[in-house]
Amino acid sequence: MPSSKLSRRTLLQLAGAAALPVSTSLMPRPASAAPSTLTIAYNVNLPSFDPTVGLSAVNPTIQSIYQAIFDPYIGQAPDLSFKPGLLTKWDWNEDRSKIVLEVRKGATWHDGSPVTPEDVVWSLQRAADPKSGNPIQFVWAKIGNYKIDGSTITADVVEFEPVLFKWMAFLTGYVMPKAYYEKVGAEGFEKAPIGSGPYMVEAFERNAYLKLKAHPGYWGPKPAFESVVFKFVTDATSRVAEVESGGSDLTLEMPYEEFDRLKAKPGLAGSSIPVSDIAMIFLTDIDPMLDSNVRLAANHAIDKNAIVERLLKGYGVPIATLEAPGYAAFDPSIKVAYDPELAKSLLAKSGYSPEKPVKFTIQTTRGFKPKDYEMIQAIVGMWRKVGIEANIEIYEVAKHFELRAGHKLAPAAFYNWGNAIGDPSTSTGFAMFGPSPHCAWKGKDTIERIGPLWGEKDEAKRIAGWKAVDKYIAEQGEVIPLLQYVQPVVYKQGLKVVLQANGMVLPQLISPA
Amino acid sequence: MRAGEIFKRLVLVPPTLIGVAVIVFALLRIVPGDPIAMMIPPGATPLDIERLRALYGLDRAIPEQFVIWFGQMLGGDFGRSISLRQPVAELVLARLPATLELALLAAVIATAIGLVVAMIGVQLRGRRAEWAVDAGIGVLLAVPDFLWALMLLLAFGVLLPLLPISGRIDPRLDVHFHSNFYLIESLLTGRFDIAAAILRHMILPALALALPFAALVARLLKAQLAEAEDQDYAQIARARGFSRAAILRREAFPNALIPTVALGGVQLTLLLGGTVLVERVFSYEGIGNMAIDAVINRDFPLIQGLVLTFAVLFIALNLAVDVLVTTLDPRLGHG
Repeated sequence: MPSSKLSRRTLLQLAGAAALPVSTSLMPRPASAAPSTLTIAYNVNLPSFDPTVGLSAVNPTIQSIYQAIFDPYIGQAPDLSFKPGLLTKWDWNEDRSKIVLEVRKGATWHDGSPVTPEDVVWSLQRAADPKSGNPIQFVWAKIGNYKIDGSTITADVVEFEPVLFKWMAFLTGYVMPKAYYEKVGAEGFEKAPIGSGPYMVEAFERNAYLKLKAHPGYWGPKPAFESVVFKFVTDATSRVAEVESGGSDLTLEMPYEEFDRLKAKPGLAGSSIPVSDIAMIFLTDIDPMLDSNVRLAANHAIDKNAIVERLLKGYGVPIATLEAPGYAAFDPSIKVAYDPELAKSLLAKSGYSPEKPVKFTIQTTRGFKPKDYEMIQAIVGMWRKVGIEANIEIYEVAKHFELRAGHKLAPAAFYNWGNAIGDPSTSTGFAMFGPSPHCAWKGKDTIERIGPLWGEKDEAKRIAGWKAVDKYIAEQGEVIPLLQYVQPVVYKQGLKVVLQANGMVLPQLISPA
Repeated sequence: MRAGEIFKRLVLVPPTLIGVAVIVFALLRIVPGDPIAMMIPPGATPLDIERLRALYGLDRAIPEQFVIWFGQMLGGDFGRSISLRQPVAELVLARLPATLELALLAAVIATAIGLVVAMIGVQLRGRRAEWAVDAGIGVLLAVPDFLWALMLLLAFGVLLPLLPISGRIDPRLDVHFHSNFYLIESLLTGRFDIAAAILRHMILPALALALPFAALVARLLKAQLAEAEDQDYAQIARARGFSRAAILRREAFPNALIPTVALGGVQLTLLLGGTVLVERVFSYEGIGNMAIDAVINRDFPLIQGLVLTFAVLFIALNLAVDVLVTTLDPRLGHG
């Protein structure tokens, strides 16, 4: 049949055409990055441009991108201290029943219109609206009844929240453009977002890249790079290849072995600092963790220094509480010694020994954080020597969240805990306060100790109170803090990179050396 | 394939898709991982969690959720992505062309390599060198596509940095497209420099996808060619003085092609499935890459939309292969 013959011929022609050698016109041309462009191989995708609602709003890793486009109410310096953002002043009144905010004059949105106090109030009211989908709504709802007088905003405190201003520098704490958002709506904003930050969105290809250009009307220091490209390269091997091949100028979050190798390579440099993210093991208040001897033995049997040195190649800081160095309530006097003999004697009091070990399950992720599974393997080995036999169960981080929210974690469960604002309420507080959905240990004593601190208006007293809670928790062994993570960043030589202790890599802080 | 048979196959498509929809919907809610649990910020109370759950409609009973989702889907509304906060249909349709172009290029490369290797292999039949071809095919087949992806990435991205290793197009290029079929559009509009730039980005991921499939094509075709070469008609042609190459090209190849397309065509679905990991390695913005993020974020509506999209693609691909085989072999068209 003619059609049949035609098909065969066509197929053969197609096959022949496909077999042709690749034309020289398809051969690569040398990359020629414009010197005013900074290309970052970034480790996560950007799901949404609205930094105040949905899943991405509470993803700490995405905040670097948000802070390039949007201004937080209050800024944060590299050392976790706070500095003016779109608010130049912020304070409580004397009895802490009101707050007073001073809005920066002269700031503009990316469309050239001025940032107004109305924008700030609208942003705060929208964030407090339960229908907005802001996951931190419960914080923003603690203030209301706003009044604007010139550039000054006053508001009533509905419920005292000691870390309200710290939240203004973190998750969902961004000022959004009222008039523009109301004009274009939520979907229009996703397609053409504007902020008041140092960079404005030029092009966006979902799952591929985000191209930014400098905001000419930015109120702060002019960024060194006119253009910034965030390439979304979620695979660590691919990110390493990106910076090694010269396809990107900077990348982050890679295995420490790779970090050491890359920073020793000619043409590349590396920096690393401890960031506000810790590794820890949740203990759940079920058997056998109800036995304080078991809990304390599990704590004292772990050689955290060995884990940092041998597994993490020195990139980590051992910790004794959920407060890492640099956090507001860090207390270096609280120590949990590595003492396997003490661990053995504690276990012996409860009738356990290496021959007759106490048995339980420890859950961990594998590959979610650097060496997470390997760390737990090492810990299980250390425990075995003193009389603890732990069975490792691997789960996905999504399952961890679900189990933790339902108070169904195993007796021990590995996790990491970020705390970019460095406040004890957002580390020890939420991780160890029984009613919190994040808490695995629902001990009554700890709840009673923490309870009054939520409303404590005397800051010095509040911090002292949290230190006392941390000491109590360490003495009771209600959680196993392991180490503070170190974030590795690799970049082309000739760049000056300022790293932030909150883990953000901000393009506006990167410049030619 | 006759029109009647095509119609019969098409009639089976809706129940198949409904089955897929039911399974994926139920599975997502049975397996661990709750999108709301992933969204809970520090300090949220049980009431806050309930509020979030209600906001995304996850507070309703599972059958009720299914009825709502399915009803909306019949009206063309596949729901809104939880993580990306946009309509699922819009998101999938925006990214699907990238995957289709990649899979198409991979299929072309695989066919070309498979044809060449099979022809060489059969020419060397019976000689010692044949084992080298067979061993080569074995290696190509044994290494999965994502490992090829990593090896190609290191080879041509790092050791010999000749080709781009991430994305679909250079972000520095200031180009605009009317459709999401970037490669096809740039070719059709004569923007060959742009097409070349896109191809440079596609070559490595397409090759990673193509290599195992090329081995499959080569193995199938080589076996079929060898079998055809032993048939009476080939022997007669040889007795009449035709060269071996001519016999292979004119007699054996057309006959070997039909079973190769029939068997290899079905395996094309594996190539499509391979895009998930390969797109991830090369940060290529197709639906495969999007699927991984959707799973990580437990974005139920997006996962459902993507699974249904893959199901439609698989069904369409199988149907297309059947039609192609029938076209190549008219005997099948007559039942």
